[in-house]
Amino acid sequence: MFFCRSQNFPFPRFDGKKINMYLYRRKEPKHHKQNMEKHNFVNIQGLDREQLLYLIRMAQEFERHPNRELLKGKVIATLFYEPSTRTRLSFETAANRLGARVIGFTDAKVSSVSKGETLKDTILMVSNYADAIVMRHYIEGAAQYASEVAPVPIINAGDGAHQHPSQCLLDLYTICQTQGTLENLNIYLVGDLKYGRTVHSLIMAMRHFNPTFHFIAPKELAMPEEYKLYCREHGIRFEEHEAFTPDVIAKADILYMTRVQKERFSDLMEYERVKNVYILRRDMLSQARPNMRILHPLPRVNEIAYDVDESPHAYYIQQARNGLFAREAIFCHCLGISLEQIRNDRTIIR
Amino acid sequence: MSKKERLVAAIENGTVIDHIPAEKTFQVVNLLQLQKLSTPVTIGYNFSSKMVGTKGIIKVSDKFFTDDEISRLSVVAPNVVLNIINDYEVVEKKKVVTPDELRSIVKCNNPKCITNNEPMDTIFHVVDKAHGILKCHYCDKEQVMDEVELV
Repeated sequence: MFFCRSQNFPFPRFDGKKINMYLYRRKEPKHHKQNMEKHNFVNIQGLDREQLLYLIRMAQEFERHPNRELLKGKVIATLFYEPSTRTRLSFETAANRLGARVIGFTDAKVSSVSKGETLKDTILMVSNYADAIVMRHYIEGAAQYASEVAPVPIINAGDGAHQHPSQCLLDLYTICQTQGTLENLNIYLVGDLKYGRTVHSLIMAMRHFNPTFHFIAPKELAMPEEYKLYCREHGIRFEEHEAFTPDVIAKADILYMTRVQKERFSDLMEYERVKNVYILRRDMLSQARPNMRILHPLPRVNEIAYDVDESPHAYYIQQARNGLFAREAIFCHCLGISLEQIRNDRTIIR
Repeated sequence: MSKKERLVAAIENGTVIDHIPAEKTFQVVNLLQLQKLSTPVTIGYNFSSKMVGTKGIIKVSDKFFTDDEISRLSVVAPNVVLNIINDYEVVEKKKVVTPDELRSIVKCNNPKCITNNEPMDTIFHVVDKAHGILKCHYCDKEQVMDEVELV
């Protein structure tokens, strides 16, 4: 191929013949072009209202038809530097159900990290093999850094106590699915609001939808000041409660329970003191609104009694199922597949 | 002060950094990498100062700092004055302007931050210039500019 200096830009020619420039000059509609771009998915606060709704609409399509071959021929790497069962399985299932193949490791001990390899080198090495990298790391900001050095999209599957954006997207999807909207909802967050990254991400993502939050936690695990400041700065209404009673939760649309996570405590005595404080029992749901749904990022330990599972308000198992659809949407978003392409997809396996 | 009383010799051309809090003098040296210069550098400290109690003063011959270099000082000595000297005369006085972003200057105080676990640059966003609040680009932890540790 050589170039001639015609007009203001080089005309590509092939074997002396002019190539049909229409193919080169044709402009895609702007929204379509944006959708075709590859993206990283490392935090939730970087997504605006329209982007979140767009991803939710994508996930809706995957709920209707989860099995497709949209990613046929692609390789997805899952690098899990710390243990995770449901997140990893959910990502790997999403990749498999879209026709991609999966490589990776589930324990950093079996990778070259144990030999002292830097994260940058691991990411660059894996980028040679995979079309996208899903990573979970115990170090905060690891996914952001990986996204800056990697030539392929990075998907954050959790970085320490910092971010877990795919969990947040599936939470949003579930809220939208159960309430029919994301607007003007009363969302009650219960349990570990100090260390729980899912509740922090949910506040940031819901800022676009005029929510009212209620923070129910013991003093030791109360919502950190920085997130309350975030609410004030973004005009998000919130109330704080220490009591966890039927009256307090009577007006909830969403009751988001969290686990008091042992691994986040440096003082195990403190953990023992608070671990049984906020337990939801079926008899506490007597005054609940009919539309109220109970969510939980799982795994639960004892914060939701087993008799709650039979209640029509319980929704945490379905919520976990939604993780599949949300992660299928994330893969498509990251690999430049648009909602329009998903809607016109002819690779559905019925 | 007359030239006879001057404790540090005047320079013909270059930059005089004045009103450095005395204890910050060598941090300023490090931030501006003055130890790597080949031109004459005079460093004085523990001089009495009405402005900062005891001050440091640094005279650098034949060196004029860029605005970017000067902005690095905002972390340790935001109130220093840089006098630009030409033919023994002060031709310009420059003040430190706090930048929107600090790159490879401040250490993140979160031990679990990637910047403390990988050979890489730190990046901080100055989210509140009035109160000197910095936010780590990677882990989002905030810290106050007065209490930072330098890289």
